[in-house]
Amino acid sequence: MEKFFIKGHTACAGCGQAIAAKLVIDTIGKNAIVVNATGCLEVFSTWYPYSSWRVPFLHSLFENSAAVASGVESALRHLGKENITVLSQAGDGGTADIGLQALSGMWERGHNILSICYDNEAYMNTGIQRSSLTPIKTDTTTTPVCKESSGNPTPKKDLVGIALAHNCVYVATATVGYPVDLQRKIKKAISIKGPKFIHILTPCPLGWYHLPELTYEVSKLAVESCLFPLVEYENTKLVSVFKPKEIKSVEEYLKLQARFKHLFKDEFKSEIEILKNISKHNIEKYNIN
Amino acid sequence: MKIGPIISKPGSSLNYKTGSWRTGKKPLFLNKKCNGCKLCYLICPENCIDAEWIDANRIKRASLKCDFDFCKGCGLCAVICSVNDIQMIQETS
Amino acid sequence: MKEFLEGAIAIAKTVKLCKPGVISAYPITPQTHIVEHLAKLVAESELKAEFVNVESEHSAASVVLGATATGVRAYSSSSSQGLILMAEVLFNIAGLRLPLVLCCVNRALSAPINIWNDHQDSISIRDSGWIQMYAETIQEACDMHIQAYKISENPKVLLPVMVCIDGYLLSHGYEIVDIPEQEQVDKFLPEYKLPYKLDVEKPLTLGVLSDPNYYTETRYAIHESMVKEAIPVIKQTSDEFSKVFKKNSYGLIEKYFVDDAQKIIIAMGSICGIIKDVVDELRSKGEKVGLLRIITYRPFPEKEILDAIENVKEIGIIDKSISLGAYGPVFTDVRAICQMKDKKISGFIAGLGGRDIKKLDIYEIFDKISKQQKNLEFINVDLNKIEVNI
Repeated sequence: MEKFFIKGHTACAGCGQAIAAKLVIDTIGKNAIVVNATGCLEVFSTWYPYSSWRVPFLHSLFENSAAVASGVESALRHLGKENITVLSQAGDGGTADIGLQALSGMWERGHNILSICYDNEAYMNTGIQRSSLTPIKTDTTTTPVCKESSGNPTPKKDLVGIALAHNCVYVATATVGYPVDLQRKIKKAISIKGPKFIHILTPCPLGWYHLPELTYEVSKLAVESCLFPLVEYENTKLVSVFKPKEIKSVEEYLKLQARFKHLFKDEFKSEIEILKNISKHNIEKYNIN
Repeated sequence: MKIGPIISKPGSSLNYKTGSWRTGKKPLFLNKKCNGCKLCYLICPENCIDAEWIDANRIKRASLKCDFDFCKGCGLCAVICSVNDIQMIQETS
Repeated sequence: MKEFLEGAIAIAKTVKLCKPGVISAYPITPQTHIVEHLAKLVAESELKAEFVNVESEHSAASVVLGATATGVRAYSSSSSQGLILMAEVLFNIAGLRLPLVLCCVNRALSAPINIWNDHQDSISIRDSGWIQMYAETIQEACDMHIQAYKISENPKVLLPVMVCIDGYLLSHGYEIVDIPEQEQVDKFLPEYKLPYKLDVEKPLTLGVLSDPNYYTETRYAIHESMVKEAIPVIKQTSDEFSKVFKKNSYGLIEKYFVDDAQKIIIAMGSICGIIKDVVDELRSKGEKVGLLRIITYRPFPEKEILDAIENVKEIGIIDKSISLGAYGPVFTDVRAICQMKDKKISGFIAGLGGRDIKKLDIYEIFDKISKQQKNLEFINVDLNKIEVNI
C-alpha cells in the first residue's frame, strides 16, 4: 500500500482524525482529488510550506467543501475524466452544522462524490466547543458542566438518517477502532456511482480528555456499547450491521473520557440513563443481539 | 512564478520532523511473534511505520519498522498489537 | 453579427462564445436572465458545459472555484445580496489566484430591500483582489466578457475579473449589439491553462494554512500583480481587441473631451451616457467641460487618471454608492491620488437604489463643481421623505 497521507503533520499524538484521514486516502490511492473544509485536519496537514498530502488537495472555506467538490466533479465530467474519485471531507461542524446546506445541495444534485465526516464530536480545532454532533450530556467549553448544567442538552443529529433522506447510494458509519472495516467500506463506496457518505467516529484525546494510547480502545467501546453502531446502507436499504461479540456497558465507554466524568458524580448519576436509552434504542433499531 | 506562498509541494511535510514531540516513551518492535496482521501499520496516526510488502494486501511478518524521526510516542501500535509484540519503552537519550 | 438584443441575452450569447465548461449561479433579480439563457443554451446543446443548479450564491461561487481550480473555464453571475453572501468565497478565489469571470449585475443592498441599480454591491468588495471593470453600454459589457477571460488567465495576472453592469439599465435594456463569430473569439482567446491545477498526475496542495511568516507575501503578490502586471495587460488586451474585432475598446479609462476641459465629471457605468449628452450640449454653448469615465476600477489606474486630468482644475465625482459615515468610494480614491495637486475636487452621491439621474441633475453637478468644494453631497434627496410617524 502506497502512502498518500504522510508523516510530518502537526496533529496531536494519538489523533483519531489523522488515523482516519490516512486510512481513507491510502485505501483510495493516487487517483483522487481531496476537497477539505477548514478544521483540524486541514490545519494540521497543510501548514505552509509543509503538506502531508501526496494527492491533489484543495482547501477553500469552512462550509463549502461540498460545493467546491461539486465544482471539481463537474469540471472532471466536462473533461471526460470521470474515473477520478472526488472526496469532500469535513469535520462534524463542517458537515452537520455550517456545512449542511452545501452538503444537502450536493446530495440532492446527485454528484458522484464521496463525502466523509470526521466526527470528533465538537469544534475541536477552535477549542472544544459543542456542535450538533456532540453527544448529549457532554462537557464542552460552550456547554460547560456546573451546578445548573450537566452538559450538552441535545443528542447527536442523525446524519445517517439525513443522508438516507437524500437518497445517497451508499451510507455507512465507521470508526478507527475497526480499521479493516473502514477500509472495506471505503473500497465499497468508491465502486458505486453517485453521492456516497461515510460517517467516521474519530476520538480526540485532547477534547475527549483521554490518553493518546486510548484512542483505539475508546473507539471500539463506542461501538461495543452501541452508542455508535457500525451500519451500512446501499440504495437506502440496510445491508450490514456489526454485532460486537459482547455488548459492553455505556459506563465502560464513558469512564475512559473525562468529558463525561461529571456523570459519575452523585448529582448527575441519573443522567447516564439518557445515554443508556440511546444505546438501547440502537440495539433495538439494528437488532444488535 | 510570483504568485506568493499559496501552494505547497506534495509530501513536503517530510521536512518537518515531529519525532521531537515524544515525551519519554517510544515503541520497541520485537518482531518475534508478529503475525503480519498489519494493524499497527493501519492504526499509526503518523503513518510512520513501514513494512515490507508481499503483495498489495499482505506484509512480510516481523518486517515492521518505525521512523523515529516522526513517531510522537502515542503508543497506539503497542495497544493494538494482538500478539503483544510491541512494547512501549522509556527513551534513553 | 448585429442583433437587437436584451442586455442579459447578449451577454449570455457572448459567454457562450468563450466556451466555459462549468456554469453555476443562483437566481437573483436582475441577474436571472443571463443564467436562464445560458441554461437554455446548455440544455439545447448549443454550449457544451455543466450547468450546476446550486442552493445558494455561496455554493455557486464555490462550485466555480472548484471548477476553475481543476483547469476548466467557469462562469457565474450575481447581484446585491447574492454577491455579498458569496463575499467570503470571492476573497478566497482571489487569494487562491484562480482565474474566473463573474458578472455582477449591480443592484442596491438591503435593508431596506431594493432591486434597482446602484454600485454598492460590487463596491463593497473592492478590497477582495478581484479586477473590477464597469461597463457603460451593453456592447461594452459583451466585449468586456471576452477580454475578461483573456486578462484573468494571463500568466502574469492570474486573478479573477468581475464585469460590472448596471442592473435593469444594461441587463434588461435593449441595444443593437454586434456579437462576434466563434472563429474570431477562438483566435483571440487561447485555451485555458492553469499552471497549478488539480491534477492526479501532478499533485499539489492548494489552499494552505499560512502563518505570519508567509501571509503578507501572498497579499503583496496580489497587489503587485494587480498594479504592475494587470494594468498593462488590461491596456494591451483592450488594444488587441479593438484591432481584431474592429470596435472601440478603452481598457482602463475613457476620456471624453478631457484634454482641454476646465472642469470634468468622473463617473463609472451607464450614467456616463447621460453625462456625455450633457457634455455635448454644454460644449455646443462654448463651455469647456468633459467626462473622465473610469472603466477599470480595480486595480485603480492611478497614472492614467493623473495624466488625463493633469490640466483640469475642477472635478466633480459622481458615486453611485457610499461608504456610509465617510465619502463616496471613487471620490476617496481620486482624492487620494490628487493629494499634492492643486485641484478642487467635490464628491456627489446620486442614483442610489435606482433613483433616476436626469440631465438636470448633471447640469446641477457641473454647476456645483465650480462653487464651494464639498466632500460629499447627496443629489436629489428629499428630506421630507425621511420623517417617520410612529
